[in-house]
Amino acid sequence: MIGFKQAMASSFMPVQGTEIAKQVDNLYGFLIVASFIACAMIIGGMIYFVTKYKRKTDNDKTAYIESNHFLEFLWSFIPLVIFLVVFAWGWYIYHQMRAMPKDALEIHVYGKQWAWEVEYKNGYKTVNEIVVPINQDVKLLMTSTDVLHSFYIPSFRIKQDVIPGRYTALWFNANKLGNFHIFCAEYCGTTHSGMLATLRVVTREEYDQFLIKGSEEAGMTLAQKGAKLFQLKACQSCHSTADDSRKVGPSLFKSFGREETLADGSKVVIDEAYIRESILNPSAKIVNSYPAGVMPAFQGQLSESEVNALVEYLKSL
Amino acid sequence: MAAAHSPDENYINCEKGLLSWFTTLDHKRIAILYFVSVLFFFLVGGIMALLLRLELFAPNVTQNVGQILKDGDTYNQVLTYHGAIMVFMVIIPGIPAILGNFFLPLHIGAKDVAFPRLNLASWYVFMAGALMAIATFFMHKIDTGWTFYTPYSIKSGTSVVMMVLAAFVMGMSSILTGLNFIVTVHKLRAPGMTMHRIPLFVWAIYSTAIIQILATPILAITLLLLAMERILHVGIFDPAMGGDPVLFQHFFWFYSHPAVYIMVLPAMGIISELIAAFSRKVIFGYTAIAYSSLGIAAVSFFVWGHHMYVSGQSEVAGIIFSFITMLVGVPTAINMFNWNATIYKGSVSFQSPMLFALGFMFLFVIGGVTGIMLATLPVNVHFHDTYFVVAHFHYVMVGGVLMALMGGLYYWFPKMFGYMYSEGLARLSFIFIFNGFNVTFFPQFILGNLGMPRRYFDYIPEYTALNRISTIGSWMISFGFLIALYTFLLAFKKREKAPANPWGAKTLEWTVPSPPTMHNFEVEPIITAGPYEYR
Repeated sequence: MIGFKQAMASSFMPVQGTEIAKQVDNLYGFLIVASFIACAMIIGGMIYFVTKYKRKTDNDKTAYIESNHFLEFLWSFIPLVIFLVVFAWGWYIYHQMRAMPKDALEIHVYGKQWAWEVEYKNGYKTVNEIVVPINQDVKLLMTSTDVLHSFYIPSFRIKQDVIPGRYTALWFNANKLGNFHIFCAEYCGTTHSGMLATLRVVTREEYDQFLIKGSEEAGMTLAQKGAKLFQLKACQSCHSTADDSRKVGPSLFKSFGREETLADGSKVVIDEAYIRESILNPSAKIVNSYPAGVMPAFQGQLSESEVNALVEYLKSL
Repeated sequence: MAAAHSPDENYINCEKGLLSWFTTLDHKRIAILYFVSVLFFFLVGGIMALLLRLELFAPNVTQNVGQILKDGDTYNQVLTYHGAIMVFMVIIPGIPAILGNFFLPLHIGAKDVAFPRLNLASWYVFMAGALMAIATFFMHKIDTGWTFYTPYSIKSGTSVVMMVLAAFVMGMSSILTGLNFIVTVHKLRAPGMTMHRIPLFVWAIYSTAIIQILATPILAITLLLLAMERILHVGIFDPAMGGDPVLFQHFFWFYSHPAVYIMVLPAMGIISELIAAFSRKVIFGYTAIAYSSLGIAAVSFFVWGHHMYVSGQSEVAGIIFSFITMLVGVPTAINMFNWNATIYKGSVSFQSPMLFALGFMFLFVIGGVTGIMLATLPVNVHFHDTYFVVAHFHYVMVGGVLMALMGGLYYWFPKMFGYMYSEGLARLSFIFIFNGFNVTFFPQFILGNLGMPRRYFDYIPEYTALNRISTIGSWMISFGFLIALYTFLLAFKKREKAPANPWGAKTLEWTVPSPPTMHNFEVEPIITAGPYEYR
């Protein structure tokens, strides 16, 4: 079972989590060795020559060698051959990455500013965590809801940009149990570096249980659903709920029933109506000293039932 | 013009007053105008870099030293300005506008460039664009990254339009300079100066000028399209209106890949000059190097998709771009071998210009081999948008281009200004720049290996040690550049006169006084041999 520390610990590369990662590392290893030899030849040759041919007097005579066609050919042709071999080897591995396996387990991923929403085929939704069974072809069907993101699992040596308006896909077959980092690798604004997620590779039995538990959440209370939705929509990235600390937005800790002063000086009590309006049309009544136009409007994105769930959740804080 | 000049009259003292500089038609004075402005922009871009590395000294949660900048938005603004300033205001204009302007006419035995007025206009256009870029600082600082990828650059509530228009204007300057240089090389070579007798620096500037003219208009249109998208909501790149955000990347990289050869070809031209001069030996493989410059310029237009293997481009496109990228690696390799072969059986001296040339070879070969790694499809998938790429491009742009610029400045400083500088100080600046560079950027290859993405305001604790080393390196390299600046300033103070040919080199600029007179050559030179006749 690999924890994060171990996943990163391997001297210069993250622990290989798939068979393709191993192939990539082999090719990369070859490139490192070949590069080292090339550098040693060029830099070594340079150091050797500048030492051996160091200027002795100001009137040194130097050889007049304009060219040598055989040498020119040799050091053009040999690098070319090496480059083409590397290209072909790379093509072979890349094709495996791009050829989606048939009958893969499909999971939907939504990249958004600034979290990864995950949706399983049974409707179960999580955020910033993907659970998959070991030794199973898994295909991620991905899209973005706003700007470009990029889904990157260093341990699997796999990455794919996530684009609004279309689907992109990547696949992997994890051969190690454990937790692996998921990073966003395409600059997407303020919290680009905060879009951290976890890939959990578990046994087939644990995965099946995980899915069942997900569908059991249908039996949750409204407030519990609200809490889950709050997480899912990443509200906590701007609103604290554990204490009254100020973030990008006001703290929602014990906010129900609280009186707030708005930017125009008028006062308002946080009740169901205010919460509903502030979710669907945030700029309408902004609390004083907070920036307008930052919180996204959820008009059209949440059902009435979902808004109610959030209201009940805030009441419960 | 009166034929008789006093023996001490040169292009600097022949006309006095600031206005004479701002209305000059002399390519040498225009080069100095660029030198001062580019140097200033380099300092600003450098301070941005120091701020970034300071922020990355420790993870944000660390007490006291973790988070230096106000927030992620500020960090993103700093990184955008660092990239945009360094790319558009330092490295693309840099060598052609400063050393190309000064030495291209001298190298071919000409009095000036083909269109001197256009040359001055190029500088004014450049400065107009630069002012527009600086203006964004006082409007809404941009935070899109220097690459302006859509849709983020469409949505970002910052002064994107002003910045892309600034880049558009600076691009015009680049096009005009390129045009000027091509015509100059074709039309103003002295009698006997055939295309196979021009110095390799001229071949390099010429190849660069071809790219400048052909590629820059693409950037110009791309930036205009982005501006139109923001202002008129046309829907070219915005998926909500049926547009394609990836199309922007194709347009952008179609220019920006050839652009990196605008940066590197002149640098390689300088290295050819330095290696020949400081080995006092004819350059090995003149024809190969000359034509590989042209070849690199041509092939550079066909590889843009190697920036987009994971962008949503097709598999076939990836394969084709990878293949062609491998091809463009060959002429670059040829140059490295030819330079080594030039040193072979030469008479090598280690004055500071040569130290920078040797440093270039060391750093550029690392930049080059890591470029081949990035060209390799599946390896790229892992490294794309990580610190491996950041390290690679800094190795070629700073370890390559900037080292060559420093070597060229130390080489040509006596000719440009008529003063010698302290060799000891110059060597000290080399030691700090070269070593500081490696300490800053080598760890970033390893960070990329480990998967650290780029443009990250914060990072997981596992990345701390390498980031810390890199930050310390940034202080070393800054110190090196400050020593270099001091070296130049001290030379102006000490006024130790430079002879016409302090290095014993053979190209035409060394046959005229240091500094040259306004018209370069009192008598038009007649050329009877190649530029490296060290016999």
